[in-house]
Amino acid sequence: MTAAGASISCRGITKTFGSGDATVRALRGVDLEARYGEVMALVGPSGCGKTTLISILAGLLQRDEGDLSVLGDDPSLMSSHQRTQWRGRNVGFIFQQFNLIPQVSVVENVAVPLLLQGTRRREAIERSAALLAEVGLRGREQSRPNKLSGGQQQRVAIARALVSNPRLLVCDEPTSALDGATGQRVMGLIRDIATHGERVVIVVTHDERIYHFADRIAHLDDGKVTHVSTPAEALAESAARMGDAAGRR
Amino acid sequence: MRAIAIKMLFGDSAKFYGILLGLAFATLLIAQQASIFVGLMSRTYALIEETPQADLWVTDPTMLFVDDTKPMQVTALQRVRSVGGVKWAVPMFKSLLVAKLPSGARQLCDVVGVDDASLIGAPAKMVQGDTSVLRRPDTIIIETRGARTRLAQPLNPADPAGPKRPIEVGEELELNEKRAVIGGIAETKPTFQAVPTIYTTYSRAIGFSPANRRTLSMILVKADSPEEIPALRARIERETGLAVYTPRDFAWKTIDFWMKQTGIPINFGIAIALGFLVGVAIAGQMFYNFTLDNLKYFGAMKAMGATTPALLGLVALQGAVAGALGLGLGLGVTSFVGLSIPEDKLAFKMTWHIPVIAAGAVIFIVVAASSFSMRKVAKLDPAEVFQG
Repeated sequence: MTAAGASISCRGITKTFGSGDATVRALRGVDLEARYGEVMALVGPSGCGKTTLISILAGLLQRDEGDLSVLGDDPSLMSSHQRTQWRGRNVGFIFQQFNLIPQVSVVENVAVPLLLQGTRRREAIERSAALLAEVGLRGREQSRPNKLSGGQQQRVAIARALVSNPRLLVCDEPTSALDGATGQRVMGLIRDIATHGERVVIVVTHDERIYHFADRIAHLDDGKVTHVSTPAEALAESAARMGDAAGRR
Repeated sequence: MRAIAIKMLFGDSAKFYGILLGLAFATLLIAQQASIFVGLMSRTYALIEETPQADLWVTDPTMLFVDDTKPMQVTALQRVRSVGGVKWAVPMFKSLLVAKLPSGARQLCDVVGVDDASLIGAPAKMVQGDTSVLRRPDTIIIETRGARTRLAQPLNPADPAGPKRPIEVGEELELNEKRAVIGGIAETKPTFQAVPTIYTTYSRAIGFSPANRRTLSMILVKADSPEEIPALRARIERETGLAVYTPRDFAWKTIDFWMKQTGIPINFGIAIALGFLVGVAIAGQMFYNFTLDNLKYFGAMKAMGATTPALLGLVALQGAVAGALGLGLGLGVTSFVGLSIPEDKLAFKMTWHIPVIAAGAVIFIVVAASSFSMRKVAKLDPAEVFQG
């Protein structure tokens, strides 16, 4: 059962890759809830299962065990084709390396999700241009992505992720390829235009400087959510860890 | 999405031009070599094409191809004429003879003797004079290529190796020490042997050639009605014991000889195969690499809701566009080269089969390359988009 207002509910989610000696237990029973209108950050050391978890939440991977509800559905129970269509309708992606198609214009890059859903080209381009204006890229519609700065490229990626008005926005290390100031601006933009009452935003990050853009922070370690904290608590924990480490040295 | 797929193809200019040129070069090699092969082969039966009046060609049964003249006894002509259903039958003489030119030089020529009365077998397209000049004593007709090249005369008779001019109407040759006056110049199809062709009457041609009891090279036959040609052919064969061919069969018999008895098909076949391999190696490989380069974008599209069939459609579209452009460019360059080089310098004949064969080869290359690419796209795990 999904808790009231919860857009995502995970109970005991497991995921194992490989077999025999090569078995990797990426998730060992993840419990997590996220609500509509919330920005939730997933943090933790490399290899803790963050990417596996967002891949399952976004319908890119199937869980092995556990109860899962994402926007009222369990994409792991769907066929591959159904999951593809479900993703197209419900999920927006922001990737670490932007993944903008370099050979086509910025506005066409933004229009890709709409075109994939069969929206008429003219309408798709108009809607994409409007969203580009919203992310501050009016006048750059016909530019090629490689003519833009990293921050501008990530703005294009944000516009692309939002153009089909998804209810789940999945951001994988959205600031890792950006400098600190640009990262702050990009996260501010995500916070401003992506967050509303009918959408949940999941952000995977290592970057403590953007913790404050999240409403809650889920800490993963060794394939489990160890605890969920507020940004202030997370930063305090981080500072304490740093202090301990400095004291040991 | 089709426009985006095509822009992806055109936008990666280094790879696009590599694919395009690879396919165009493969098409060029395949189409050009095939056209030259067909052009050369068509030259082997030029005499048959130049003589459209005949429904049937009668020859000695041991004759292997149109230039392999095996003279028959002159009585064969009467025997053929006596077969029911023959509207007319006329003799033809064909032999290689050495001509002495006005400059004193000697040149091997192909002498064709046509029926004295009807002049059937004489060239159809005259550039100077007309075929009736053959009714004048000692007269011959030469063709334009021969006049310009092998029969050309030095501008300065004292310098035989110097600049030359085409031999002209009114000038005289010697054939077997007999006077032959050029009465006309004809435009004819180039022949495989590439020696000048001299047309004259049958009886005069016999006079030019060394004495021989058998002088009849071929007999041209017209049937009473076109419907009777197959039956007439069988009747002549049965009643005379000679070989009888329709023009088409005679041409194919000639082609068959050159195909089987010479290394020409193998040589051209190797060139065509190389063209095909170039296409596979360059264009196929580049197209595959192009897809690999774009795999992360396909992966992102898959994550964003693109179905596998939709992505395969985009790859197929990219392959089809590259293939069509490469084929078009290759065929265009082939045609341009073929048509811009004079016929006597390049045997070039692009029949409709050649573009079809080239298109088939390009389709095979593109489909093969696309299927490898498609396999990669089909197996693409959308979750890989988060792997960085």
